[in-house]
Amino acid sequence: MHGQPRKSLKQEDESLLSAKAEKLRALQSQFFANHRNRIYTQEALDLSAKLLEGNPECYTAWNYRKLAVQHNLSRSDPNYVAYLFDQELKLVENALRKNYKSYGAWYHRKWVLSKGHSSIDNELRLLNGFQKADSRNFHAWNYRRFVTSLMKRSDEDELIYTEEVIGENFSNYSAWHNRSVLLSNLFKRKAEEFPLEEKVLQEYEHVRSAIFTDPADQSGWFYHLWLIDLTVKNYAPLLVSSWPSHGSSITLNGNNCIDGCGLSLLNSTLSDTRTLPVILYFNQAVEGVNLSTVTVKSEHLKEDLVWKPLITNNSSTAQVWGAYLNLGNMELEQSKTYSIEIAIGHSMGIVSSNGYQYGDPSQIAFKLCVQSACTKPVEEQGGKLTSWKDNNFQKIDHFEDSDSTVTADLHIPTTSYWCMKAIEEEITNFRELLSEDACKIGKLSLARLLTALDLSTHQHDKRKNHTEEVLKLYTDLVELDPTHSLYYKDEHSLVLLQQITSSRESLLPYCHYYKDATEANTSYVCLRLQNLSLSRMGSIENLLWVQMLDLSHNELRSIEGLEAMQLLSSLNLSHNKFGSFTALEPLRSLKSLKVLDISYNELGSHSIDTRRYLCSSPLANTEAFDWDRFEILCGSFSSTKFWEAFLIFESLNLTDLNVTGNAVADENFTSFIGKVLPTLKWLNSEELS
Amino acid sequence: MGDLAAEKHVRYILSVEKKKDSFESVVMEHLRMNGAYWGLTALDILGKLHVVDVDEVVSWIISCQHESGGFGGNVEHDPHILYTLSAVQVLALFNKLDVIDVDRVTGYIVSLQNEDGSFSGDIWGEVDTRFSYIAICCLSILRRLDRINVEKAVKYIISCKNMDGGFGCTPGGESHAGQIFCCVGALAITGSLDLIDKDLLGWWLCERQVKSGGLNGRPEKDPDVCYSWWVLSSLIMIDRVHWISKEKLIKFILDCQDTENGGISDRPDDAVDVFHTYFGVAGLSLLEYPGLKPIDPAYALPVDVVNQIFFSK
Repeated sequence: MHGQPRKSLKQEDESLLSAKAEKLRALQSQFFANHRNRIYTQEALDLSAKLLEGNPECYTAWNYRKLAVQHNLSRSDPNYVAYLFDQELKLVENALRKNYKSYGAWYHRKWVLSKGHSSIDNELRLLNGFQKADSRNFHAWNYRRFVTSLMKRSDEDELIYTEEVIGENFSNYSAWHNRSVLLSNLFKRKAEEFPLEEKVLQEYEHVRSAIFTDPADQSGWFYHLWLIDLTVKNYAPLLVSSWPSHGSSITLNGNNCIDGCGLSLLNSTLSDTRTLPVILYFNQAVEGVNLSTVTVKSEHLKEDLVWKPLITNNSSTAQVWGAYLNLGNMELEQSKTYSIEIAIGHSMGIVSSNGYQYGDPSQIAFKLCVQSACTKPVEEQGGKLTSWKDNNFQKIDHFEDSDSTVTADLHIPTTSYWCMKAIEEEITNFRELLSEDACKIGKLSLARLLTALDLSTHQHDKRKNHTEEVLKLYTDLVELDPTHSLYYKDEHSLVLLQQITSSRESLLPYCHYYKDATEANTSYVCLRLQNLSLSRMGSIENLLWVQMLDLSHNELRSIEGLEAMQLLSSLNLSHNKFGSFTALEPLRSLKSLKVLDISYNELGSHSIDTRRYLCSSPLANTEAFDWDRFEILCGSFSSTKFWEAFLIFESLNLTDLNVTGNAVADENFTSFIGKVLPTLKWLNSEELS
Repeated sequence: MGDLAAEKHVRYILSVEKKKDSFESVVMEHLRMNGAYWGLTALDILGKLHVVDVDEVVSWIISCQHESGGFGGNVEHDPHILYTLSAVQVLALFNKLDVIDVDRVTGYIVSLQNEDGSFSGDIWGEVDTRFSYIAICCLSILRRLDRINVEKAVKYIISCKNMDGGFGCTPGGESHAGQIFCCVGALAITGSLDLIDKDLLGWWLCERQVKSGGLNGRPEKDPDVCYSWWVLSSLIMIDRVHWISKEKLIKFILDCQDTENGGISDRPDDAVDVFHTYFGVAGLSLLEYPGLKPIDPAYALPVDVVNQIFFSK
C-alpha cells in the first residue's frame, strides 16, 4: 500500500469492496480453470485480459498469455499474427495505465517484441508518454534502453535526448545516470570521436550548472564525483610502496632477527620463523603476481618465492601481495651484506580487475646485512608482559641517516597537464560557490578536489599542500550536517593519517622507543597513534615497516587493511569501538603477531555485526568451518555462539592478550580463550599457569 | 514518538491471515508466499513465531510446489524464483528444510542460470539482478551453492554496477536501493564484497536519509519504511551504517506505526500492510532496537536461524 491514506472504512465502502472482491475471485477461478485446461479461445483470452487490466500484478495470467500466443502462432496467417501481437501490446498498454510499475506488464511487452513486431517507432512514442508522466520511472528508462538498442538508435542520439530531458528539468537523476552509461560506452567504443579530456571538461560545466542552481538537490552530486574520478584515475595498476623499500638495508642479528640499520626495531619477532616478508602494495587490486611477473635476483636464494594475495576470501585479485624469504635456507654468513633485487612487471601479466596491464615496470633493490650474533640470549617468546603505559615510552629526537627502514615512499606517477588544470579550475569554481553559499556539497566537493590535487601533485611539502584546509572543511561538515557526521569524521581520519605518515619528518613525533622497565639494554620503536580521535585506519601503505603499533584511545571500528603490516608483532587496540571479533579479521594474516590488547571495546555489546560479511566464513561461502579443529580445541563450547572468536583466534599465535572491559569477557569466554590459544602466556595482564 | 507497539503488530499480522476474502487479500493472493515470509519473519523477530500452526503452514507451502521443483506464489499459480526463495526461507524459520527434496529445488534454480551468469525469474526469461540474489541466497541456505557457476554469476552482477557505486536490474539500469540490497547481498553470500567500492556506495546509501529521518530508495525521492531494510542492510553489509543517524531513523519508523490497530505503513498516517510491517520491524532489529531478535542482513532471516544452518553440526 504505497501512499494510501490510513482510514477506517465506512459501512457502504466495505460492502462495495466485498462485492468487488467476490467478482475478482470469480474471475480468478475461471481463469485458473482455463489455464489448467489449456484453453486459448478468444473468450478465454478476453477473460484473462479483464483480469490483468484489473490486476496487472497477477503474473500467472501473463504467463498464460504467453502460452496462448505460442499456441496461436501455429496458425500461420500473417494477418492473424499481426493482430495477435497488437492485441498483446494493447493489453500491456492498458495494464501499464493501471500500474506503470508492473514488472510483469513491462516484461510481457519485451517478450512480445522479441517474437516479432510491426513498428518499433510506436514504442518510443509510447515511452515518451510514460516518461513525461513520470520522468524518473526506472522501468520506463530500462525499457527505453531495450528499445533503443533493438532499433539500433545511436548512443549519440540518446545523449542528445538526455540533454533535452535535463534541459527541461536538471533535477532528474535518472537522466544523469543514463548520461554516464552512454558516455562510458562512447569512451570505450569511440575513443577518437569522444576524447575523454574534452568531454569531461564539458561535463564539468554541464553538471556544475545543475549543482550551482540548487546545491541541495542531489541530482548532480554523484555525477560530479564520477567526473573527478575520471579526471584523476590511474587506469593502469602501479606499485605504491613495498617492504623492504627500494634502497633499504635490513640488518639481521645473528639469530636472523630483523633490525633496521642504526635504529633498533623490535627484534624478537621473526627469529623463530626465520623468514622475512616481502610486501608489494599496489594502487588497486591486481591479479597475476607470480614468478614470471615478479622476478628476484639473489645469489643466495635457494627457492622460488611464492606470492600470495593478502586477502582472506579466496580471491585471485588483491591490492597487497606478500611472499616470504626463507632465511634459514640461504646460508648467510655473519658480517656480510647480501643484495636482493626484485623486478616487478617487466613481463606482462599483472592486470587490474578492469583488464589494464601494470603500467610502470620497476625495481626494488635492498640489502640484507648479517651482524654478529646477539650477545644477550634471545628471550623465550612471551616471557614478559608488554606494558603500554606512557612511562615505558621515550621520544625519539631524530632518525639516523642510515636508517632506511622507516619510510614513506609513496610512488606517485606524474599527472597530465589537463587533469591538473581541470581540478584547479573546479577548485576555483567551488570556492566561488562557497563564497555565496556555505553549502554542504560545496564544502565536500572542495575537500575532495583539494585531496585529489594533493595526491596527483605529490605535494607532501607542508607549505604547499592543502591538508590543513581539507581537515578544516571536514570539521565544518560535521557541524553542518550532523546526520552524516561520522562519514565526515571517517574522511577526516584518513586525511589526518595521510598527513602524519607522509614523510619521515612527519612520522617522527609519533615514533617512540619502547623501554622495557626491567631490561635496560633493549629498546624497540613503537608507532604511537593513540588519542587522535581516529575513527578509521588508512595510509597503511606507509606503515609496512611497523612492528609495534599503539592505536588505543581512538574511535576505531575496524582495522581494514592491517593485513598488509606483516611485520607487526604488538598491537594495542584498547579503548576503541570494536564491536565484534569479525572486525579483527585482518589479524588472521599476521603470523608475527604476539601481543594484542583489545581491552575496553564493545565486543559482545552489539546484536548486529557490521563486519559479518567482510570476514571470510561459511556464511560467505569462502571457507568451511573447521569442525575437527573446533572439536579438538574447544569441543565443549557452543559453536553457534563462539564461531567468530574461534575463527579469529585459532589461527593466531598470541602470547599476550587482553580482553578486559568487554561485555563478552565473562568466565566462560576466558576459559574458551585458554583452550583456543594454547600459546598464550598472559591473559588480561595475568600470567597463566 | 511512542515505543514499538509490539503486541499490536503481532495481532495485526495474525489478523491479516484471517481476512482472506477482503479485496486487498484477493488482489494480493498471487504473492501469498511472500506475504507468509514477511508476516512469519516479523513474528519471529517479535518473538511470537510459536503462536503459528507449523504443520498448516508447511503443508500449504508444499502444496505450492510444482513438478519442476519451483514454488508458486500461491496454490494454482505458476512457479517462480521469487516465491521459491520465500518458501525456502519460511521452511528455514521453522527448521523444516528436511520436508522438501532439496535436490529438486536446487535443480529448478540451477536451470534458471543463463550463459552470461545472470538468472531468469522463471521459464519465460525475464532477467534481473533480483533473481541473481534469490538464486544465490536460496542455494546457500540449501548448502548447494557449488551447483551453479558462481564466478559468472558474480561477474554478471558486477556488470550492473554504476558510476555511483550502486547497481541496477540489468547492465545500464539505474541504481535503486532495493536492487542494491540484492546485489550487495549476493556478493556478501559469495564472499565478493571486495568488488564493491564501499566508500562510494556508502556515501550514496547514507545520503538516502532525508530530513524526517526516513530513507528513500533513490536521490530526490520520498522516504519509505521499506528502505529501512534495503538501505540499512546494505549499509551494514559494507560496514558503513554509522554514516546515518540511527536515532532519527528509529523515530521515523515508529512514527509510521498504527498505534491503534497495529501494523506499520510506508509513511506516517498511510494505510498499513504486512510488507511494511515486516520491513519496519526488520529495520528496527537492524538498528538494535531493544527486545527484538537480531536479523541477518544478507539472508534476511533471524541470526539464530542462520547460525543454526551454518554453525551447527
